[in-house]
Amino acid sequence: MVEKENIRVVRCGGSELNFRRAVFSADSKYIFCVSGDFVKVYSTVTEECVHILHGHRNLVTGIQLNPNNHLQLYSSSLDGTIKLWDYIDGILIKTFTVGCKLHALFTVAQAEDSVFAIVNKEKPDIFQLVSVKLPKSSSQEVEAKELSFVLDYINQSPKCIAFGNEGVYVAAVREFYLSVYFFKKKTTSRFTLSSSRNKKHAKNNFTCVACHPTEDCIASGHMDGKIRLWRNFYDDKKYTYTCLHWHHDMVMDLAFSVTGTSLLSGGRESVLVEWRDATEKNKEFLPRLGATIEHISVSPAGDLFCTSHSDNKIIIIHRNLEASAVIQGLVKDRSIFTGLMIDPRTKALVLNGKPGHLQFYSLQSDKQLYNLDIIQQEYINDYGLIQIELTKAAFGCFGNWLATVEQRQEKETELELQMKLWMYNKKTQGFILNTKINMPHEDCITALCFCNAEKSEQPTLVTASKDGYFKVWILTDDSDIYKKAVGWTCDFVGSYHKYQATNCCFSEDGSLLAVSFEEIVTIWDSITWELKCTFCQRAGKIRHLCFGRLTCSKYLLGATENGILCCWNLLSCALEWNAKLNVRVMEPDPNSENIAAISQSSVGSDLFVFKPSEPRPLYIQKGISREEVQWGVFVPRDVPESFTSEAYQWLNRSQFYFLTKSQSLLTFSTKSPEEKLTPTSKQLLAEESLPTTPFYFILGKHRQLQDEKLNETLENELVQLPLTENIPAVSELLHTPAHVLPSAAFLCSMFVNSLLLSKETKSAKEIPEDVDMEEEKESEDSDEENDFIEKVQDTNNTGLGEDIIHQLSKSEEKELRKFRKIDYSWIAAL
Amino acid sequence: MAGYKPVAIQTYPILGEKITQDTLYWNNYKTPVQIKEFGAVSKVDFSPQPPYNYAVTASSRIHIYGRYSQEPIKTFSRFKDTAYCATFRQDGRLLVAGSEDGGVQLFDISGRAPLRQFEGHTKAVHTVDFTADKYHVVSGADDYTVKLWDIPNSKEILTFKEHSDYVRCGCASKLNPDLFITGSYDHTVKMFDARTNTSVLSVEHGQPVESVLLFPSGGLLVSAGGRYVKVWDMLKGGQLLVSLKNHHKTVTCLCLSSSGQRLLSGSLDRKVKVYSTTAYKVVHSFDYAASILSLALAHEDETIVVGMTNGILSVKHRKSEAKKESLPRRRRPAYRTFIKGKNYMKQRDDILINRPAKKHLELYDRDLKHFRISKALDRVLDPTCTIKTPEITVSIIKELNRRGVLANALAGRDEKEISHVLNFLIRHLSQPRFAPVLINAAEIIIDIYLPVIGQSPVVDKKFLLLQGLVEKEIDYQRELLETLGMMDMLFATMRRKEGTSVLEHTSDGFPENKKIES
Repeated sequence: MVEKENIRVVRCGGSELNFRRAVFSADSKYIFCVSGDFVKVYSTVTEECVHILHGHRNLVTGIQLNPNNHLQLYSSSLDGTIKLWDYIDGILIKTFTVGCKLHALFTVAQAEDSVFAIVNKEKPDIFQLVSVKLPKSSSQEVEAKELSFVLDYINQSPKCIAFGNEGVYVAAVREFYLSVYFFKKKTTSRFTLSSSRNKKHAKNNFTCVACHPTEDCIASGHMDGKIRLWRNFYDDKKYTYTCLHWHHDMVMDLAFSVTGTSLLSGGRESVLVEWRDATEKNKEFLPRLGATIEHISVSPAGDLFCTSHSDNKIIIIHRNLEASAVIQGLVKDRSIFTGLMIDPRTKALVLNGKPGHLQFYSLQSDKQLYNLDIIQQEYINDYGLIQIELTKAAFGCFGNWLATVEQRQEKETELELQMKLWMYNKKTQGFILNTKINMPHEDCITALCFCNAEKSEQPTLVTASKDGYFKVWILTDDSDIYKKAVGWTCDFVGSYHKYQATNCCFSEDGSLLAVSFEEIVTIWDSITWELKCTFCQRAGKIRHLCFGRLTCSKYLLGATENGILCCWNLLSCALEWNAKLNVRVMEPDPNSENIAAISQSSVGSDLFVFKPSEPRPLYIQKGISREEVQWGVFVPRDVPESFTSEAYQWLNRSQFYFLTKSQSLLTFSTKSPEEKLTPTSKQLLAEESLPTTPFYFILGKHRQLQDEKLNETLENELVQLPLTENIPAVSELLHTPAHVLPSAAFLCSMFVNSLLLSKETKSAKEIPEDVDMEEEKESEDSDEENDFIEKVQDTNNTGLGEDIIHQLSKSEEKELRKFRKIDYSWIAAL
Repeated sequence: MAGYKPVAIQTYPILGEKITQDTLYWNNYKTPVQIKEFGAVSKVDFSPQPPYNYAVTASSRIHIYGRYSQEPIKTFSRFKDTAYCATFRQDGRLLVAGSEDGGVQLFDISGRAPLRQFEGHTKAVHTVDFTADKYHVVSGADDYTVKLWDIPNSKEILTFKEHSDYVRCGCASKLNPDLFITGSYDHTVKMFDARTNTSVLSVEHGQPVESVLLFPSGGLLVSAGGRYVKVWDMLKGGQLLVSLKNHHKTVTCLCLSSSGQRLLSGSLDRKVKVYSTTAYKVVHSFDYAASILSLALAHEDETIVVGMTNGILSVKHRKSEAKKESLPRRRRPAYRTFIKGKNYMKQRDDILINRPAKKHLELYDRDLKHFRISKALDRVLDPTCTIKTPEITVSIIKELNRRGVLANALAGRDEKEISHVLNFLIRHLSQPRFAPVLINAAEIIIDIYLPVIGQSPVVDKKFLLLQGLVEKEIDYQRELLETLGMMDMLFATMRRKEGTSVLEHTSDGFPENKKIES
């Protein structure tokens, strides 16, 4: 933290996983998916993210395995590059610069040195399929400008392109026609479906296409839920097709199994359908996948399928149609009503998730922790249905209670409203429904807040509603001799001149309740429920209301719709200051007096951080986002940061996250992205290299101890190990994947030379020692019993090391060289 | 992947008494048998031995009733004046009773004339009891004295003159032959020991004591007087354990259930209350026609006998439970089918696969799961369902509406089926808790069946009924609104300056209604 810190807005977590088809590795051990600017590598067994491949500067649009080397992966991006990755080590091997935006990527095993991509060249909505020749070159950055045109006027989505029968032809669909291009004949045949205006064929549009891996058969999905299987398409006249119809809505994606015996299809019904032998009778279902199936992919080994869903989820499915793993990201396909909350127990971000659920999302691990089913009703996924929406939620009493409000409004007069109160059960580690209240108010509930004072003996909840009332709910004991029971009942109903109640807020110590009724703020005593005083600024309806905290607890802040931010002093009952600010989000920091306000202007959103005691903001950041910011929240840090600069001190205790209208989750960070990412990747590497077996636990400890010892000795000698990394030969050797390295025998002498002939003898001396140590460790790993030998070696080594430091005699150098020559085998194993 | 989520059935709080184990137990009696006695029934006592006859003291007679007899099987009527407190000995063969003239008489159950007469009290003897050794009788009288009598030679052994008012109740310990307890109108309950000739313990009840009761273990004492029932811990030297005030009028009698888990108290307010003896909370309550003077429970709570001031003896017998067993038992699979595979020990290389537990779904849920919407609706419109559990029917209608298929489910019904739906609507449309859902359903039905109205007289009649119902309801709502307006005006005049008092409107859950054309 020596250099000048700079706060940047960074995208944090919650990236899309369902943008493109996921791709399996050849051995089905890993699954790859595009995720914003990155490619994520997940393990199919543990569901953990193994690597994040970062390097692209824009959205990644396609990934494919290298057909010539199954350990490599191609990815294309809107930044106009195709990158080749070694996914096991997470290393970028090559970058091919194409120079125009790539919208999708395809590889074909037969076309060895070229890949196919979708580009748009002239007009924005005309897309072409081109073949990109990838030149063979050893350098890391390669220009690949040699594009050859294949098909014109195609659909942007990669679902509408399929390569069939070992790359003999390519099929593309768009609107009402299917075009097939034969590479050998270089001809295109086109088949058009009747698109007449009569009702029967109105929804004949093609939506996706898939090709049989061995036979000449093309499957196409349609808007009306039909699947057509095309055969004999070599001839424009004699072609035939058969229909498979089960889906009642659009077919979202199709995939053939590896052998081609079965066809998989999915759509909005969230049911994966397996058509065996391409017949209508023989079909299997995997229902209840939770959300619309966006993509289906099949592993090259044929043992796994996976479906990507609209709720940002990838389900890995066994060949026998049994779901085996779920990779779930932040669910974002619906609007967020509840806002962002922090679960006081898990420190997870809580917001609307799947329909009818609250999701608990860990910000640290970018992973959904769990879903809490609030509405507990069968979700019928049909177009145009009015669903029950989870509109409000609040945590209370340090995470012991959760209140949720759900509503469904079909017509103006018919409102279904339900409030549920959930209690945290320590035994099951989850929330259990305690009280269900039907129609707690006559109209929509606008605000919900718990009294979070530490001393409060009785949990209290306040709801404010458009019907002009606010209600106080308390937890009462209604246990009798038969059972113990606690439930919530209404304790007090308050109103103010029949105005709509718009907001409510408890002071930090729980002694005061502020309820805003349109333009008026009323302050109530929370013990007697007496109206204490009212504030009115005549500046439009109150949109946000919050009390100051800690030293500023005598202030009450209100933001109005007309763009005025007011601060009232509760002791003098007078306006302390006001400012013209069109506040969209106002959030108090739970750990300090600071309050963050995000204002909205025509150019973008600005952040203001201030203390209620003074109207001058502590920190201003202009233009944090170009679109409207909808919600924000302060997340307490586990370990407080120590920013010295005064402007950033507000970030010491908490971190501020906010959600924009397009549902990207952003935060403020001072670290550069590299810095931020390195620890995790390092950690991952370490974890990856050592399987956690009982054996590891025994040896791992031992090794750690030894490492520490080693470090100590090294420190004593004032030598640092990382010096090895400065030598290019060594770094090259160590960082190139083993399978692309020349043979070890060839490398060894070069490697050793690079070590010995360096001018700085000191560093050169240290490396052999390091090598020896490692070798010694390995021998120790492999055999525990030769302790004795090891000790001998150890003494030898230390002696050697000391000697080297003092002086390196010629004979010793010779000896050392010999020693190295003997055991170069370990290099291959590196 | 979550399974099918069953339809959430809206539950409504059951008004009135909560159904608990105790209410089930204490309600499980037949309708009471009423027996008219000559005067107020002051004491009922069950014989502790089979056949559990009971002695009823009323006016100057003592009647012995058999368990199920409505006529007395024996009568002792040789009293010059009112008889009191006829009590059986532990073996059920002797009976002792006091009388208004101060005499205490001992009867053999089989004989007619008194075996012994103990003379010594100068005023009415209201309480008598046998001691635990069966050879002594304790009596308490209005002359403030308590006397201990020897049965074999009919002599007075001891006299205690510690009470300062009438002694009206008492009982002897069931364990110790020397201990007995009396309660008096001087507000005290005293425990006497025959070996010391003074009282060993005295507790202050606070009201004239009407009844006392010792727990079988002798550790707890219950006293009743005034509106209070108090429980005292004898082992702690007479510490007040709990004071119960659940009656409106004087509590006159106490009784323990046979298990000792429940305490019953009868009062002049015509109620018998049942308390739990662990929590001392009222768990059940009986109502009677007149003020209660005496109360007794038979062996195993088989019979409750209550004597009242108007001379009525109310006898309630427990319903027999044998009927359930009479059903022919279905032949079940043999035990070894259940045990099959269960005792298999897992070997080392075995992989244990547990079959997921099958979730039970209601029939309508099964239909809804398979999108058989009309069938699901038919199922819940079945009269057995609509009468017993209308909330299920309403919940299914609501669920169908949520799924957007209610019109499909209601369409295409014949005369019989549509009249089922209309019957249900007519019965429940005006209930505020069902109204929002059912009005919507009624609108849809009218939309669907408007073209065919006039083809079936049965359905037309139903529609007319529905129309009448809606008109009546609109009138009713209008009246309610008028009343509300009047009350608002009244409240407005009474309202204090603070704006805090809030009027809770009754929910006018009936929005403006639609016309029904027919």
